[in-house]
Amino acid sequence: MTNHWIDIRNSDRIMIIGSNAAENHPISFKWVTVAKERGAKLISVDPRFTRTSSKADIYAPMRSGTDITFIGGMIRYILDDMQKLSPMERTQKYNMTYLTQYTNAALIVNSSYQGPADTGTGLFSGYTASTNGAPGRLGEYDKSTWQYADTSTPASDAAVVNNTWTKWDDLDPKCVLRLLWEHFSRYTPEKVEEITGCPQADFLTVCQTYAESGAPGKAGTIMYAMGTTQHTYGTQNIRGYAILQLLLGNIGVAGGGINALRGTSNVQGSTDMLLLYHLLPGYLYMVNHNEKTLADYLATAKAGRGIVTPQGLAGDKSAAWWWYNDADPNSKKYIVSLLKAWYGDNATAANEFCFSYLPKKTSTDDYSHIAIFEAVAKGIIKGMMVWGQNPAVGGPDAMGERKALEKLDWLVVSDLFETETAAFWYRHGANPSSINTEVFLLPAACSYEKQGSISNSGRWAQWRWKAIDPIGQAKPDLAIIDELTLKLKDLYASEGGPHAEAITKLFWDYHTSGEYADEADPNAVAKEINGYDWSTGVALTSFGDLKSDGSTCSGNWLYCGMFDADGNNKAKQHDPVDSSLNQIGLYSGWTWCWPINRRIIYNRASVDLDGKPWDSEHPVISREGGKWLGDIADGGWPAINEAAPGSKFLPFIMHKEGVGHLWGPGRAEGPLPEAYEPWESPLSMNLMTGVANTQANGTPGFNDPCCYIGKLEMDGDIWNEQGTPDVYPCVGTTYRLTEHWQAGQMTRNLPWLVELQPQPIAELGEELAAEKGIKGGDIVRVTTARGYVDAVAIVTKRFKRLKIGSKWVDHVGVPWHWGYTGLSTGISPNGSSGNILTPHVGDANTTIPEYKTFLCKIEKV
Amino acid sequence: MAKAALVDFSKCTGCRGCQVACKSWNDHLAEETQNEGTYENPPELSASTWTRIEFYEFGNNGEVQWYFRKAQCMHCTNASCEAVCPSGAISHQGGVVIIDQDICIGCGYCVMACPFDAVHNEPPRGTARKCWFCMDRVSNGYEPACVSTCPTGAIKFGERAELLTIAHARVNSLKSNGHPNARLYGENEMGGLQWLYIIDGRPSEFGLPESPQLATHALASQWVGGIITAGVLAAIPFWLLFRRRRELEESSRVGGE
Repeated sequence: MTNHWIDIRNSDRIMIIGSNAAENHPISFKWVTVAKERGAKLISVDPRFTRTSSKADIYAPMRSGTDITFIGGMIRYILDDMQKLSPMERTQKYNMTYLTQYTNAALIVNSSYQGPADTGTGLFSGYTASTNGAPGRLGEYDKSTWQYADTSTPASDAAVVNNTWTKWDDLDPKCVLRLLWEHFSRYTPEKVEEITGCPQADFLTVCQTYAESGAPGKAGTIMYAMGTTQHTYGTQNIRGYAILQLLLGNIGVAGGGINALRGTSNVQGSTDMLLLYHLLPGYLYMVNHNEKTLADYLATAKAGRGIVTPQGLAGDKSAAWWWYNDADPNSKKYIVSLLKAWYGDNATAANEFCFSYLPKKTSTDDYSHIAIFEAVAKGIIKGMMVWGQNPAVGGPDAMGERKALEKLDWLVVSDLFETETAAFWYRHGANPSSINTEVFLLPAACSYEKQGSISNSGRWAQWRWKAIDPIGQAKPDLAIIDELTLKLKDLYASEGGPHAEAITKLFWDYHTSGEYADEADPNAVAKEINGYDWSTGVALTSFGDLKSDGSTCSGNWLYCGMFDADGNNKAKQHDPVDSSLNQIGLYSGWTWCWPINRRIIYNRASVDLDGKPWDSEHPVISREGGKWLGDIADGGWPAINEAAPGSKFLPFIMHKEGVGHLWGPGRAEGPLPEAYEPWESPLSMNLMTGVANTQANGTPGFNDPCCYIGKLEMDGDIWNEQGTPDVYPCVGTTYRLTEHWQAGQMTRNLPWLVELQPQPIAELGEELAAEKGIKGGDIVRVTTARGYVDAVAIVTKRFKRLKIGSKWVDHVGVPWHWGYTGLSTGISPNGSSGNILTPHVGDANTTIPEYKTFLCKIEKV
Repeated sequence: MAKAALVDFSKCTGCRGCQVACKSWNDHLAEETQNEGTYENPPELSASTWTRIEFYEFGNNGEVQWYFRKAQCMHCTNASCEAVCPSGAISHQGGVVIIDQDICIGCGYCVMACPFDAVHNEPPRGTARKCWFCMDRVSNGYEPACVSTCPTGAIKFGERAELLTIAHARVNSLKSNGHPNARLYGENEMGGLQWLYIIDGRPSEFGLPESPQLATHALASQWVGGIITAGVLAAIPFWLLFRRRRELEESSRVGGE
């Protein structure tokens, strides 16, 4: 989240899309409820009418997977409104200073750029289709034409900056605002209705209501979750939100932001610490195979994160934080301090701080969840450790992933219960005698049985103390990792092996005293994550203190400052007093928040050029008497009008050009989101791009042209078959229920929760149920090209039949919690896991699986 | 001053944290349930399920509404269960209706008499059991378990008079903000309920009796009469118990003055 949970109460307009916050993030509704009592309007956009929708002022239905059309239509509504207003009226209804000075609205793009509106192919300029087939991406782009015309000092359109325009032709044809209009002008209310199925009247009510958050001093927030991200174009769904929020001046302000509601308590922490393959802790780039030296690595970092200075704006300086100070850039300080934390005294300037020990990714291989299981299926990966995950239930195309586990030599599962993953070898239909995988199940301690920190959605690192000792032989994950690593160090030291030094030279010293005399102490780990002076051991209090000469260590620069100089961990702070300006609910003394306890990021966009808040009722920061009051200002530099020429810092300090990205030239499939169809679509033609679905397994321009098409192939069988609408006419989607959690291990073993939702369900609308002769309570079978699940039917008015183009489309919903172990198991012996239905395809940028839209059929058993 | 609780439909998300909190605090086992085609479970209140959320789905002209109503003992001021109890096990403590488990004989009169179907006597105990407003918590300055767990503040706990003031203001606000049918339930029903509801329509649409009536001694006497015709011997213990109840009432009245 750019903001945090409590801050939702400051919103005037709340749009929940791609999220069922009331059911999956119940606590968020504490603050939604407070906002509504203040008069805020709640909008729920969802294919299903959910418990969230039940509390909304406006509910808009939408076909699953058509978010870009819906949001694109809202962007068009706002741009059209801006153009129709006089320049003076425009400044009253929208924050034009924000839009023109704090975003790249005015900047001029490469003259060779072409978008789908120009090409007619649904594609942007620079595309090459792949000829490799699955598994792999449909194609890729040369992004050179998407860049600014001047890539280091881009010019701006004076008519945009000065707000003197009255019609689109007044603007430079390649300025971002004009390109935005050329692109999104196609997203008319008629198109929105045709593609999403949302009635125009409902859609326009949403537009009008949400656009009201654009007035200076008003705030709108977007709450989203996996309904947004788990699509082949999930990243572009979020880009759509970013554009909308920047147009309305809603980023950096109280009650604004783009707020990803995290599905587990520490997803934010795992993201920050980079349990992901493409980044190192603190969002540093992962090392590529061709970066043989630290200098090579930093050259790549500079190319991606150097300094670009826009021309003609009131702000004339980009902090470009990653490369701030060219002579000794932050990127170098952070990577060197990270290496120092990992390799300690072994990391010296002479050996480039052990840079060569880091694993490196190739330019072609994918290491995401989908690709990992394809590598397991192929026998490339021989062993697997599964911690706090249950891919036999949670992974896409679950039957295929379960089968793939049979190819492993060994599998280690660390969990509270025997999960479906740990039990895969004796699941229904498997023949244990033919499976040679050696399976180890390590009993793990639960959250109440260990201490340590979690980082919540609002980026707060919160310490949790141990309440009771673990049961039996269960141990905290940290203790297990510690024991394992120390053993590996011994074994590599005594027996050697490939790249042995990467392990043997690790700095690994986390034992302290008392209960941690022989077990890793989470406090010692937390101090290393924060960072300290290598020679004195004194904790550092800000990432500004990190050095590139090896004199400091820090496991994650973003967390530097979590400790004070006396070594106290601020994640343990519990000061309940809200001392923020006007008590907007920052509670800065309650735990600690990265970066440097800044509770709302990009907060210098919440003030005008003089440093005065747009919203005087909910000021995040305010410049008074040459000082910033309130939250920790995003970069402590003076307000733009107060600063000397040449040092007027722009507000979006993590961006190269210092301004927000209406135009985002870094994404895989385009600088702007375009409406593509899901991999399995009920349509034969993309109604936005006009491109027909002509190729099995994905057509660029009909589908996302860069999405990842998986292929689980084992023993001659293909497990990722694609369905077609003639056989599978319904749109299927998966989701969670309030009463269960994720893959179900912690809730399907808890009788009170099993009592509430005892069995897997499949939800469908009344029209479809009548046609199929299905009544509520019947056992039904939902089938896709990949498998089936049996579940109890819930027939409901909450699922509406939607008219898409010329055909009617029904949705079928299946929660994905169930499996074949635990107190509550599926109705079919395969565990009725919703992910048996989902395909092995992924997002073009992140490869997150497409869990949310697929084709299915439903029948009574 | 009487403590009470106010449930506001416009804030309840149907998460059912209250159901679990009730079971947890009162040490109740889970019931074995199955899904009957609805989110609602267990299917009704019971001796081990003292509160539950009922789900109500309405739809007309394409507009859908989904409401959640928390059900439990209402703690009536004029409580039918108390009126018909032959053993004197049921009494008021403040506004709260309590069943003394040591006195209850499990006759089931209160089960039949309750207009809200909130009292049950089932094996293994067989005594009548229901929500007791978490008296152990309340008497120690805590909110009832269901109230304290509610994430949205849909349940407010406090002095009944203050809650009524809040409720009236809230109803007015809802009426002028898209809920013209919003109304308060429980202010006067059964002499006043300790569980007050803001609902969005007629009580019967949310499983509530429109005008609940007090079951009286007369009603109980009719039942007893029926039993007498079946066998005089069987009635004698009940007569004895009614007598005991009157004695208890008289002694408490004396004690009260």
